[in-house]
Amino acid sequence: MTNDTSGDVRLSGISKTYGSFTAVHPLDLTVPQGSFFALLGASGCGKTTTLRMIAGLEEPSSGTVHLGEQDVTALPPYKRPVNTVFQSYALFPHLDIFENVAFGLRRRGIKSVKKQVEDMLDLVQLGEQARKKPHQLSGGQQQRVAVARALINHPKVLLLDEPLGALDLKLRRQMQLELKRIQTEVGITFVHVTHDQEEAMTMADTVAVMNAGRVEQLGSPTDLYENPRTTFVANFLGTSNFIEAEVDSKSGDDIVLKAGGGKLVLPEARCSAPTATGGKVLVGVRPEKISLTPADDAGDIPEGRNRITGKIADSSFIGVSTQYVVDSPVCSEFEVYAQNIDRDARLVPGAEVVLHWNPAHTFGLDAAQSLLAGTTGSAGIQEEAAV
Amino acid sequence: MTFVNWLKRNLVVIAGLLTLAYLLLPNVVVTVFSFNKPKGRFNYEWQEFSTAAWQDPCGVSDLCGSLSVSLQIAFWATLGATLLGTMIAFALVRYRFRARGAVNSLIFLPMAMPEVVMAASLLTLFLNMGAQLGFWTILIAHIMFCLSFVVTAVKARVMSMDPRLEQAAQDLYAGPFQTFVRVTLPIAAPGIAAGAMLAFALSFDDFIITNFNAGSTVTFPMFVWGSAQRGTPVQINVIGTAMFVVAVLFVLASMAISNRRNKQKA
Repeated sequence: MTNDTSGDVRLSGISKTYGSFTAVHPLDLTVPQGSFFALLGASGCGKTTTLRMIAGLEEPSSGTVHLGEQDVTALPPYKRPVNTVFQSYALFPHLDIFENVAFGLRRRGIKSVKKQVEDMLDLVQLGEQARKKPHQLSGGQQQRVAVARALINHPKVLLLDEPLGALDLKLRRQMQLELKRIQTEVGITFVHVTHDQEEAMTMADTVAVMNAGRVEQLGSPTDLYENPRTTFVANFLGTSNFIEAEVDSKSGDDIVLKAGGGKLVLPEARCSAPTATGGKVLVGVRPEKISLTPADDAGDIPEGRNRITGKIADSSFIGVSTQYVVDSPVCSEFEVYAQNIDRDARLVPGAEVVLHWNPAHTFGLDAAQSLLAGTTGSAGIQEEAAV
Repeated sequence: MTFVNWLKRNLVVIAGLLTLAYLLLPNVVVTVFSFNKPKGRFNYEWQEFSTAAWQDPCGVSDLCGSLSVSLQIAFWATLGATLLGTMIAFALVRYRFRARGAVNSLIFLPMAMPEVVMAASLLTLFLNMGAQLGFWTILIAHIMFCLSFVVTAVKARVMSMDPRLEQAAQDLYAGPFQTFVRVTLPIAAPGIAAGAMLAFALSFDDFIITNFNAGSTVTFPMFVWGSAQRGTPVQINVIGTAMFVVAVLFVLASMAISNRRNKQKA
């Protein structure tokens, strides 16, 4: 937003190990002043540990934490100009809402807090509730108190640890917009930890996807979604279809690949794998980029599109779109989402179809990784479900 | 039939009232007999109503002296046991140290051990150390057996405390001392208060351990026991009733406070 860098968060080589377990591998990360930054990952991926190292609640095993130009690695939490919105809020049960919000100001020796606290409570629309105790408020109200309690201190960085995890879906959507609005209004750097990919994409300018203590990929939500560089990111953010293919030749900026009996085209810029001829590449494509055409009409498909054949195994109508599962020789269970604009009555389970898409929407990944990384079946996310 | 039905419907209430009567009847007897004017030395038979004992509660020699000794010991024992017990409870819940498990179970030993055994072994210890039996040996003994009760009460509270509350305090610029005073202590307070009240009650009416280790010092329970051999002055009932009334007032006051808090909430 500005050239002011005093709200930058700079992590250099920080890591955290507990005995023989490495929660966070050495990590370099810069969060620019005024940005809304999300750390996204399944539970146990190290995202909360990273956040707590910024807050000072966890001591890094190596590396440094800088806020702007200041090295805060050795500072205890109460001397860092950052504040945290905790998961489950951690409001002080023995203090009323007013005193909860005033807590930080009072600890810094500010005497006349009334005006500031009242203004802050008005900002989060809780002016009426000032004299209530936390347990008398609803989840959404408690959440807003937690935000107010942190924001009133004008921290350089606001840390949010799964702040919306305890809310129901509708309220969560509402609070996402609310938080985004507050962030734009106050211009403070927000670092937001979440396991909800939709939440991260809706709110953040930049998302870092974490897996097993490492940042898998960092970028804008669009970039991450359109150009995933690992199967983990491709599966964790939305759904992806993968085809195992072999590099056949190059033509201009494109790579031509052999898959099954057919050929697929992939822009070289969108391939994160080595592209030597004969090498294996995982070809990925998102379900909503694919069109379905009945095999009889295959001749109508424009030239230059990637195409594969298959047979519809299953279809489910979900209102705005229909989701098909297609069995294909190159990939079983190919997922296709089709907008319900003109529904073709021939697209029913058992029908022979051609799947085709614009090659520009294809991405290529290194074949030497699990196709299932980041899906709900994989280890990391099973844990999440168990919690 | 209707009576049986009525009984069925009200059985819980009847059982509750009977249990309550069972609990409170001794107190009623003590209170009633504090207004008695006994013939002879024993206050076991109702004669006639009199407030003489209430007007002169210290009328029996040594009674108020022993009461004062008991109150002093109870006060200091409560203070000592609460301070030490609270610290032990925090250490046991918060820190992983060697022999933590052993300490955890050893703390319960004084609660489980028969009092008379503890009393005798304490006496042996004091005698071997050449300690002068009296106020201080009683106090040491009382702190010792009150400790486990305080630890138990405070531990339960500290265990249910969310450690994130203290982290939140630190995050909001409270140093370690401020965090303890502003957050940890207020939240642990109900547990500490419960432990302290238990300690006071236990210390005030302890007889066995006190009797073994008192030397020539006489506490109120010892006085009551001693006088019961020779005759029971009405003043004992007066003091008993007064203690009961004070305890009831305490309970009522705390109920009133929490009621008012609940009303504020509504």
